[in-house]
Amino acid sequence: MGDAEIIPIGTRGKPGRGTGKAPSSAARGLAAGGRSAEPTDPPTDPPVDPPADEAIPPAAPGEPGAPEAPVEVDVEVEVEETAVVAAGTSSVAARERHPLAGIPVSAWLSAFQQAAVEVFGEHWEPRLAQFLAFLRRRVTGDYVVDEYGFDAEITQSFFMAALRPIAQQWFRIELRGVDNIPTDGGALVVSNHSGTIPVDGLMTMVSIHDATGRHLRPLGADLVFRMPVVSSLARKSGATLACSEDAERMLRDGELVGVWPEGFKGIGKPYSQRYKLQRFGRGGFVSAALRTGVPIVPLAVVGAEEIYPLVGNIPALARLLGVPYIPITPLFPLLGPLGLVPLPSKWLLEFGEPIRTDEYDDGAADDPMLVFDVTDQVRETIQQTLYSLLVQRESVFR
Amino acid sequence: MSGGGGKVVLVTGVSRDLGRRCARAIAEDPSVRRVIGVDVVPPRGDVGGVSFVRADIRNPVIAKIIAKEDVDTVVHMSVIATPGTAGGRSTMKELNVIGTMQLLAACQKAPSVRDLVVKSTTTVYGASNRDPAMFTEGMEPRRAPRAGYAKDVAEIEGYVRGFARRRTDVRVTMLRCANVIGPHVVSPITSYFRLPVVPTVLGYDARMQFLHEDDLQAVLQHAVSTDVAGTFNVAGDGVLMLSQAVRRLQRPAVPLPGFAVGSLGSALRSARVADFSPEQQSFLTYGRGVDTTAMHEVLGFRPRYTTAEAFADFASGLPPTGGRAERALAGVAERLPSTPAYAAPSALPGAPGAVGGDDSTVLSLAAARTPARSARAHRGQGGGRRG
Repeated sequence: MGDAEIIPIGTRGKPGRGTGKAPSSAARGLAAGGRSAEPTDPPTDPPVDPPADEAIPPAAPGEPGAPEAPVEVDVEVEVEETAVVAAGTSSVAARERHPLAGIPVSAWLSAFQQAAVEVFGEHWEPRLAQFLAFLRRRVTGDYVVDEYGFDAEITQSFFMAALRPIAQQWFRIELRGVDNIPTDGGALVVSNHSGTIPVDGLMTMVSIHDATGRHLRPLGADLVFRMPVVSSLARKSGATLACSEDAERMLRDGELVGVWPEGFKGIGKPYSQRYKLQRFGRGGFVSAALRTGVPIVPLAVVGAEEIYPLVGNIPALARLLGVPYIPITPLFPLLGPLGLVPLPSKWLLEFGEPIRTDEYDDGAADDPMLVFDVTDQVRETIQQTLYSLLVQRESVFR
Repeated sequence: MSGGGGKVVLVTGVSRDLGRRCARAIAEDPSVRRVIGVDVVPPRGDVGGVSFVRADIRNPVIAKIIAKEDVDTVVHMSVIATPGTAGGRSTMKELNVIGTMQLLAACQKAPSVRDLVVKSTTTVYGASNRDPAMFTEGMEPRRAPRAGYAKDVAEIEGYVRGFARRRTDVRVTMLRCANVIGPHVVSPITSYFRLPVVPTVLGYDARMQFLHEDDLQAVLQHAVSTDVAGTFNVAGDGVLMLSQAVRRLQRPAVPLPGFAVGSLGSALRSARVADFSPEQQSFLTYGRGVDTTAMHEVLGFRPRYTTAEAFADFASGLPPTGGRAERALAGVAERLPSTPAYAAPSALPGAPGAVGGDDSTVLSLAAARTPARSARAHRGQGGGRRG
């Protein structure tokens, strides 16, 4: 600041304005020992100094447009002036050093410690060490994924942490019947599907994880694994392809598997058909549960229909891109990226009574009539739960 | 190796390094009396107790060798994966498919043949977004391979199944091996990982399984000595993600969109640096996992190396070209005011069914080690770490 070059206005600006080195007359007038600052920098003073002694002259003679200036100039000048005076009185060394060079290491360390306490709390050392160890594990690849590519560490410490505020603050998810989720062993959570993009799956994952500590392993359509980025995120967060091989394998391994049998018919249905369950696929999920003898937990999700009310579709573009539909919502193409913000509807998740499948005999999974019966039973349960939740709900957003 | 009883084993494809080493390993088995190595060019290294016969399996002369030497076990390893080594795709196809046909025809005519062991590959399952997570032996590829190595292998397997139908008295064991990896292996996947900067497919992360070269020898040895018939997936336990593997190598990865990886691959192929066949590109995109339950329970083979250990052994021979971030973090960790060594939060329930990284669950900061090259102090001040 001391060296800043201030281009004086008009005739070198002598009357009111200080140059870089010389204090302005206003400052000199204010300062008690106003002259004391002067001796430190006499050489820079131009020879035409004397008039500068006078108290603020309104304007330099012959300078046009100056009259209204003094008030503004005054304010600026004072700020500059204090700095100059401070520099002049403290020491010369302060002016020459590099901004960072002079701060002692101990000061850095204590600042760092304070920051660490601020971020990590009282026991910051182990916490920071943990965090560093986590970072190093990630950077060196020293972590374990299971055979589906599920990365429990990053899912817990990153994906869940990112989704949790959305679930709790934005959608204010309310869970009912959490006790119906088995605490261990395989189980198949069957849910309705809605919301144009599968946000309901993500929210179900984070809600179940927070309520029971178990990871829901979703079964996704093959489209999920064809799309870049989505594909790798899906595998890392525990999803796998919705095929009978994977479903049975996971259920046999005692995982909590999530399935949305409506698929694209469910999430891509128009807003006018909200909360009307679509066809439940071919009942493949029931055969998987029957083969492995795990219970089916029906889940009804209310609220996801309203986040992106689907009012239209661009089939030609969808075909071109190879996706099932290109949604048009009241906000989406209209507001651009802002239209991607989901509406903050209030969500209710109700887990129904588990439907046991271990009582049927061995060939049950190959009995199409039985499979259809169980499928219908699950579908009816979810549909009835949806209706009763809708009755209980005060309004969409509350 | 001398004396009356014991098997006489014919091994094809011994000119290549893996084939030569496997033939030697089989020769060391006490139940094997004699090993005859067959190939069109002599092997470049020491073949030990293997007697080499220069013959082309595409030629009926192979039948004479089988008859003359009274061969009772045939180990077919002469399936090549890269057109580069054979001198063109048509030669490769001829070697692979016609060679197998001739060999099987010769075996069918030879009454002395009792066992046939074929080294196949998990490439037959293909790699696509519609794949199940783990292929079992009974599954088919979701899309039939249209060209290249995968198609060759599919055809070879077809011929082998046909042979098994016609000669029901011959025990046929087909080993579908995952990508073989190790310090000495030269293959498309190892030359890919040997690139100083590893191109990956943007937005995808492939699951991979590896088989250590020592385990390949061991499994062939095991398949010769046992009498279990059938088709088996052979792979190390556990799964590595491609991104994880590249990080363990401490090499920088460059994510490129899929089409760019393809054109880069053909450029690298013409420069003879690496070979990116279409099936390898889809493998690097979608990855593949095979179920090895049958290998453990029916075949009774247990690989010594897990996937992660096999990869670590491969990586230990490669100098890191990246890893700056890790070094910076290690530096910060060292400069931290004295922190007692502690166990990392074991609250994370290690993914169920996950194997191959028991060292990573308990990981103290001070003893945090790079998995790939823990033995080597890679920063010149490795001794400075608090223990």
